[in-house]
Order: sequence, then structure tokens, then C-alpha cells
Amino acid sequence: MIEVLRPGLLTTVQDTGRAGFRAQGVPPGGALDGRALRLANLLVGNPEDAAGLEITLLGPRLHFGVDTRFALTGAELEARLDGEPVPSRRPLRAGAGSTLDLGAARAGCRAYLACAGGIDVPVLLGSRATCLPGRFGGMEGRPLRAGDRLPLGEPAGSHPRRAPWSLSRDLQPLPGPGAEIRLLPGAHSQLLTPEARERLRGEPFRLSPASDRMGCRLEGPPLSLSRALEPSSEGVVPGTVQLPPGGEPIVLLADAGTTGGYPRIGHVADVDLRLLAQLRPGDSLRFRETTLSDAHRLLRREARTLAFAAHAIRLHSR
Amino acid sequence: MIRVDPLGDRALQVTLGDATDQATGGRVAAAARRLARLPGLVECVPGFTSLTLHYDPLRAQPEALAGAVAAALAGLGPEEGGPGRTIEIPVRYGGESGPDLEELAARRGLSPDEVVRLHAAGEYRVQMLGFIPGFPYLAGLDPRLHAPRRDRPRLAVPAGSVGIGGAQTGVYPLVSPGGWHLIGRTPLRLFDPARREPALLRPGDRVRFRPVVDG
Repeated sequence: MIEVLRPGLLTTVQDTGRAGFRAQGVPPGGALDGRALRLANLLVGNPEDAAGLEITLLGPRLHFGVDTRFALTGAELEARLDGEPVPSRRPLRAGAGSTLDLGAARAGCRAYLACAGGIDVPVLLGSRATCLPGRFGGMEGRPLRAGDRLPLGEPAGSHPRRAPWSLSRDLQPLPGPGAEIRLLPGAHSQLLTPEARERLRGEPFRLSPASDRMGCRLEGPPLSLSRALEPSSEGVVPGTVQLPPGGEPIVLLADAGTTGGYPRIGHVADVDLRLLAQLRPGDSLRFRETTLSDAHRLLRREARTLAFAAHAIRLHSR
Repeated sequence: MIRVDPLGDRALQVTLGDATDQATGGRVAAAARRLARLPGLVECVPGFTSLTLHYDPLRAQPEALAGAVAAALAGLGPEEGGPGRTIEIPVRYGGESGPDLEELAARRGLSPDEVVRLHAAGEYRVQMLGFIPGFPYLAGLDPRLHAPRRDRPRLAVPAGSVGIGGAQTGVYPLVSPGGWHLIGRTPLRLFDPARREPALLRPGDRVRFRPVVDG
């Protein structure tokens, strides 16, 4: 059992999301930096898709009721266990009665805390993820509050008392300024004006503070279409880049509505969604055109990287 | 006409028509039924004129999938969506349940009773679910009731609120921000995550609203 002493800015229970209910208007949800959550789970011996905490910009203060193996990945947070700094990307042990104080993110936007056994909140529609738009799942469909108690599942196997190694930061690089985000074409890309196409091809956009788990709002010179268009509402996916009438694009993320009626001027390659998740308000990004075969090649490489990391962690955990 | 295009790197969009009318809705539903068991398909999501097919790129190739889709949809005619269900939604119109009823009526040059009568006389077709979990897009609103969205959306529309926005009517399944004119409220739960099928309505359902009076 973990007690939440201070909830942090926006901390939610997330796993790798839910599939099968999009046709009923339920977004997939789940950790916005899926790779970071999976690595955290592997570090503590959990299945990759176990539920952990997604922490945004400013972390919580947590009290551990029992001996708990845990790990932190994603954004680099100020982290102290009973006052002592603890590293990220490493399996750690919190003794019963200890307090983990997670402060501000020094780099990146979203950090992940995995505990051995996973956060054992009820499964709804096949997942423990918090669906904020639907107000269900995770901890009662809402961000954590002070006083919340998080049950933990049974850990698989015992854990080493100390792990003197960490995963390389290269396994989950954080975006730098002007990060390049791979972009696939959208249904209405051809309707962008030549100036808009040029801008979309390599000019910087800034992440607006109005961004959230539903979408990244981008600030920059407005983009235009060569003719007015009000397309019918059709399916959209995380990564879909919409162009609302104001001309500033929105990149949809995992909690976005499953259908949308704005022009669709591109789709971010799935492998780069985690970079969007790690951008902080005010950070800049650029789009880089890519192809479907390149995007798929990178997804295959992502799967191999995770499999390799899982293998390496198992070897070092014996 | 049938068009298959990539929608990002994990989905295909299958477009089945140009207009958001009943015929196209029928084709979308019929196509969804034909594609339900397609190997490599993770999920199938109906839109107004298209279906979004989600696939796992580690298990399926979009080109092969597109070919299989074309084959499965060969000969798809202007079909009806099959015998759909008719769902009756009880509504308390006006008062605290419908805070915008009087203003909407005045704006359209009707009495509140006439707005209720026209709204409840309609038979609506569920075109698709989207926007928020369980939210139905309903076609068939009487043009006399069309009204542009409110200038100032509400931050929190109560769950079960029945509203009118533009040329559409619908029901908010959950508390949510919203810019529609609220004319009534239903006690029915249009979305319940504890149900095996959490959304009450499905594309192709017919919906009727039944006025309910207290006491």
C-alpha cells in the first residue's frame, strides 16, 4: 500500500492503455511515453504493461507501507528517498515506512514510477489506465489527491537488495530544443498552401501550456488551407495533426476523442509520440516528413530494443 | 466508391461515401460487419463516411491488409444497416433539466412546448459514437430546431443532458465541457464502464425521445 501525502501537479495511474472500445468513444489512453513505462516495469520485474504512475512536471510525495521495489524512468525528477537522492533507471528498494519525495522535472515532462506487483486498482474495460475524459479507471477516474491509498499487487519473485547498475539514458532519450518529430501525410495535406507546407516541413513550433493528455497545442505562424474545408467527423488516432480554423495545429494524444471534424494535415509516427510526451510547455519542435515503411522499420526496432533491455535486466537481476 | 488510405502508421481509413447520409451510414455499418473478422485487424471504428481499421504493424502489413479489405468489400452495394434497435430515451424537458429551452425556443420563434413536441416527434439515427465515451451523434433533427452552438460553452454539462448544437442533437453521457443548448435531461446512463458493452447506443440504432413529466 502506498499513501499519497502530496499528489504533485498531475499524477495518474496509467498502464499501456485499452484497446477494443474506440467504437464506443473510449480513447486508448495509457502512458504517453509508453517506452518509459515499459522500461520501469521491466526494472522491477513486472509485465511491461503493468500499471504505474505517470507524473507530470512536479512529482508526488509518497509513503510506502511495506517493503517495495520501485524504479523511476522518463523525465529526470528531483527524487529523494527518506532525504537521500536516488537515481532513475535503476531498481531501488523502499523499506516499509519510508517516504519518496519526487520534485520538479529537470529535463523532460513526464516521469514514470513502477512498483513491483503493479498498482492494483480495478480493471475497467480491460485496463487499469485512468481515462480522464471518461472519468473512470485508475484511481476513480481522476488525478491522485492527498490521502489516496494505492494498493500494490503481488510482486513476481524476490528482488536483489541492491542493484549497482542503471539503464543507459540512450534507451529513452529526452527531446532537446528543436526536436525533430517524424510526420506522415494526412488526408488533407495536399490542401495546405505552399507556404503552409514549407512551414510544416521544418519551421519550429512551440508547445503551448494549454497542452494536456488529449493533445499538444502548437504555437507558431498560422497554417492555411488553399480552400475552406469542414470535413465530416471521422476516426482519428494519437498522433493525428488537426488544423482548427485558427491555423495553429493540434497533435492529438492518447486521451483525445476518437473522432474529429477538423482537417487532418498529418500524423506523427507512432515511434515519436513519446518525444511529444516529453516536451515541456515552451519547448520547440520541428516536423520532418517520413514514409510509412520508415515508420514501421522504427517500430520494429523499438520492439527489439525493449526485448534486448528486458533480457539485459533479467540477466542482471539473478 | 471505396477508398483505402493510411491513417498514420497503425491504421487505415476506408472511405465509403461522400455524404453523411443514411445510405452512407448503412454502407459503413455493412462494411464493418464484413470486416469484423479480418485477420490482422485490431479494431474497427465507424465514422460518418468511413471506417478506421486499426492494425498491429508488427503483425500485419498495410498493403496486404488494404488488399484484403478491397476483396472483402467487393460487391458492397448501397445496403441498409440491417434491422437496428430502437431505443427510447426518457427526458425531463425544460426547467432545471433544460436550462436553455426557453432561450432556444425564443430564438427559433417557437414556444418551449413546440420545441419539446418537435424534438420528441423525431426518429433519430445514431451515426457514430465519438467526442467522449458513449457520446452519440444523432441524425434527423428537425431543421426548425437547428441552432448554432452557444457563444460561451459551459465548463461542466451535467451527465444525461440532452442538447442541440448546429444541426445535431445528442446526449452528454458524462459531465463534460459543452457548447450545446441544453433542453432536457435523461436518467439513462449512456455510458457505464462497469457494463461489458459500456456504451448504451450503437451506430445504426434508432433513437426516440419520450417526454417525462414529474408527479
